[in-house]
Amino acid sequence: MNVKNVKRVTIKPNIWDLLYIPAIIGGLSITFKHLFKKHITLEYPDEKWFPPPGYRGAIRLNRDELGREKCVACEMCATACPANAISMQGGAAPWDDREKYPIWYKIDMLRCILCGMCEEACPEEAIELTVIYDFADYTRESLIWDKERLLKNYDLTKDGNYYKRQLEENKKR
Amino acid sequence: MAVGSKLGDNIFTTTIDKFVNWSRKNSLWPMPFGTACCAIELMATLGPKYDMARFGAEAIRFSPRQSDLMIVAGRINIKMMPVLQRIYLQMSDPKWVVSMGACASSGGLFDTYSTIQGIDRFIPVDVYVPGCPPRPETLLDAVLKIQKKIEKEHSLSRKRA
Repeated sequence: MNVKNVKRVTIKPNIWDLLYIPAIIGGLSITFKHLFKKHITLEYPDEKWFPPPGYRGAIRLNRDELGREKCVACEMCATACPANAISMQGGAAPWDDREKYPIWYKIDMLRCILCGMCEEACPEEAIELTVIYDFADYTRESLIWDKERLLKNYDLTKDGNYYKRQLEENKKR
Repeated sequence: MAVGSKLGDNIFTTTIDKFVNWSRKNSLWPMPFGTACCAIELMATLGPKYDMARFGAEAIRFSPRQSDLMIVAGRINIKMMPVLQRIYLQMSDPKWVVSMGACASSGGLFDTYSTIQGIDRFIPVDVYVPGCPPRPETLLDAVLKIQKKIEKEHSLSRKRA
């Protein structure tokens, strides 16, 4: 390549530039400006983020008016689940208003991708996704949620202010 | 270390334990092992909105020898596993592992021959974070749980493979 016509430009710093102080002040003024800006950090354990309606968090099994699970063990959710996270065993229901109920019902929350397909597939509106988003745990077994755990989720979230209650609990501590 | 076994549980060692655990839990240096979309949420957690620096875990080290909390974020396949294992072994003790997201924890959606069905088959995992990908709050929750776990540990007599 022919680079004969390139003009060399050198900038000679003057004494003002060599002091570096104006550059430092210029930089620090930006830092200083940020002191008066709005604080955007969410102080997570003390403040909570309130999910908007339709947020897909942890799964719950709904109860009916009598406190029994609504599920009729049709296995539509297990079929619809793209991650094969749901497993159950249906049995003859002890109640008169339905034929089947789940003897055991398990969701592997580590496999679950919270896509909401089960909620869409369910004909009885028995399975729903809640607002709960912080449910990390120590063991893999504790994140395979059984029927009792999923029904407990319903009790925790049925009134719709799960995180408001958690904030109040945080304040008490 | 041999100190703990020689001294046993007396007031001296438990006080040191408490102090060491306090300093360890408040200066977790994460080593990000991000292979997929979970790593994006990991970056969001380190950003100003969620700010993992509030828990002393802002010094992300890309060198395993300088870090003590490995965050495995994303799906790990069979070809990647030796790399992950080697990086885990290169980390100096004490070390903790967070398995972030459905793919790292259990394979998630990818029930195939090439994806590892949970990294706990190869390296010990301390906290599992469900979600696909998990929210930054969920990861912060996991970091808090790791801190709780560190509090209870015997730092002088800690033995780990």
